[in-house]
Amino acid sequence: MNYVIDRPTAPEAAEMRGVYGELLSELATKDERIVVLDADLMRANGTFDFKDQFKDRWIDVGVAEANMVGIAAGLSTTGMIPFPATFTCFAARRTFDQFFISANYAKQNVKLTGTDPGVSAAFNGGTHMSFEDMGLMRTIPGIYICEPSDPVSLRKLMPQIAYRQGSSYLRLHRKAITPIYADSEDFELGKGKVITEGKDLTIIATGAIMVAEALTAAATLEGHGVNVTVVDMHTVKPIDEELVIDLARKTGAILTAENHQVRNGLGSAVAEVLTEHAPVYQTRIGIQDLFGEVGTQEYLQQRFGLTADNLVSEAQKLMAKKAKNPRPVGA
Amino acid sequence: MNSSELRDLKQKAIVIRRLTIDEIAHLGIGHIGGSVSIIEILTILYYRHLRNNPTNPKDTMRDKFVMSKGHAGPALYAVLADRGFFPQDMLHTLNQGGTNLPSHCDMNRTPGIDMTTGSLGQGLSAAVGIALGHRIQKLPGRVFGLIGDGDTNEGQTWEAAMSAAMFGLSNLIAFTDYNKMQIDGHIDDIMKTDHLADRWTSFGWYTQQVDGHDFEALDAAVLSAMEEKNRPSMIIADTIKGKGVSFCEGDFKNHNMPISAEQAKEAFAALKKEEEALV
Repeated sequence: MNYVIDRPTAPEAAEMRGVYGELLSELATKDERIVVLDADLMRANGTFDFKDQFKDRWIDVGVAEANMVGIAAGLSTTGMIPFPATFTCFAARRTFDQFFISANYAKQNVKLTGTDPGVSAAFNGGTHMSFEDMGLMRTIPGIYICEPSDPVSLRKLMPQIAYRQGSSYLRLHRKAITPIYADSEDFELGKGKVITEGKDLTIIATGAIMVAEALTAAATLEGHGVNVTVVDMHTVKPIDEELVIDLARKTGAILTAENHQVRNGLGSAVAEVLTEHAPVYQTRIGIQDLFGEVGTQEYLQQRFGLTADNLVSEAQKLMAKKAKNPRPVGA
Repeated sequence: MNSSELRDLKQKAIVIRRLTIDEIAHLGIGHIGGSVSIIEILTILYYRHLRNNPTNPKDTMRDKFVMSKGHAGPALYAVLADRGFFPQDMLHTLNQGGTNLPSHCDMNRTPGIDMTTGSLGQGLSAAVGIALGHRIQKLPGRVFGLIGDGDTNEGQTWEAAMSAAMFGLSNLIAFTDYNKMQIDGHIDDIMKTDHLADRWTSFGWYTQQVDGHDFEALDAAVLSAMEEKNRPSMIIADTIKGKGVSFCEGDFKNHNMPISAEQAKEAFAALKKEEEALV
């Protein structure tokens, strides 16, 4: 497989929440405006120890997510840079109006983080399983939505999120993830990261589960003679239109992969670009209009088709369509 | 407060009431009832206690005001125009396309507005955040908030109440415009608010209840709240929805209603009489 990134030499898995907590401490050491909020999930989200160093800038509001986001908006009006966090299901569904009005409509600078996206909520089950959070967030004008795929990209993207003026939504996998990238790799918020280059098919994936699955699928497809470009689309809004158009034209087929509903998430964002600028065959891997369920992450990935095997199988169907008619009607 | 200061405040409230009615009557419809019920609260704050500067509305050292009942923007716009934050003729642009005076308060459009509000229940949380921001940065500015009694139907208001007490935000002083009416009728017919002062006290706030149209009572309450060192303060202001607007005072239908030129004229005449009685 033709990697165009530097791969880590001896990758060791790291908890994403640990990296998140460390990064906030690093940012807060350098910048007195950084303030961390949570709603009784500090221990779960890796920010509990922040209070040891920055007692005044550590705000736990108890189980009151809407108030947390409202407080964050108020802090932002005074020039602080608030990072409120909670599980994705509460960050998006519970606080949507507060985040929409007090933070975004009011043009504030609130860096909302949602953790445990999609099937990674595992044993917390359907009530806690957000397949719709990006979809809700994507309707907020001007917002940035970012879902890093590994500890290295998280580390590189977080400061950009902190210092971009405006509210954002960070969709953060909490648990241990093996780095995809060497520490030397750079990332730009709003620009997709091309990991491998191939001429037959593009897989555009987002997040810690699906980018890794996409790379495994690409290796399998390589064995079947399908040459794949894999993109880590860490920023889902604004979507990197230029890259999507370029790869659609180069490879003529796009497979999107997300740990989220295919409606109004990454697949929809890519489809919007393709429809308007470069219509090619697209298949969207993700949740197909279903609620979440309880189980191990492995079980849930199988249950909802978030696996390399499913990507391979859908990629092959896509290749067959493309072989029959290399350019879809209207392209 | 001496008698001359009291007279000046009463005179100012008449001016603000007149401007507010004119603003809404010029448009022909608006949130009149809950705008005029808070005019004494706004007057005591903006002409006696709030430390802010019309020529530098973003001064980081200023006191701030969060109007959680964002639909009462027209009353606040009248005050801000009178204080010189923007020209008075702007008041006639209320709710017109492209205006900087939208129905609900917008900090990015209107000089002197400290927080964007309008979705009820969100203002007190923002005020808590501002008070925390001031405390973290050691800024001297006090934070004043104003919630409607309808705001107290919103669960978020009570989340904010708990957190302000938990964080010991003595730099936060909030008012409740207790006019006892909401859109669908008398507040106790829709969602009871009895023992309101006890509720705030039990949530850990230093709570006072006063006549919200009595300047001396309001002034004493604000002074007392500013002395409080450990807790946030709530001043429950008993008010009358539509206060001082002859054709709709005390009528729950005045939440958002059309106002004709004749009605405005009638209200101005009544205010003129009130003003003459002051001299």
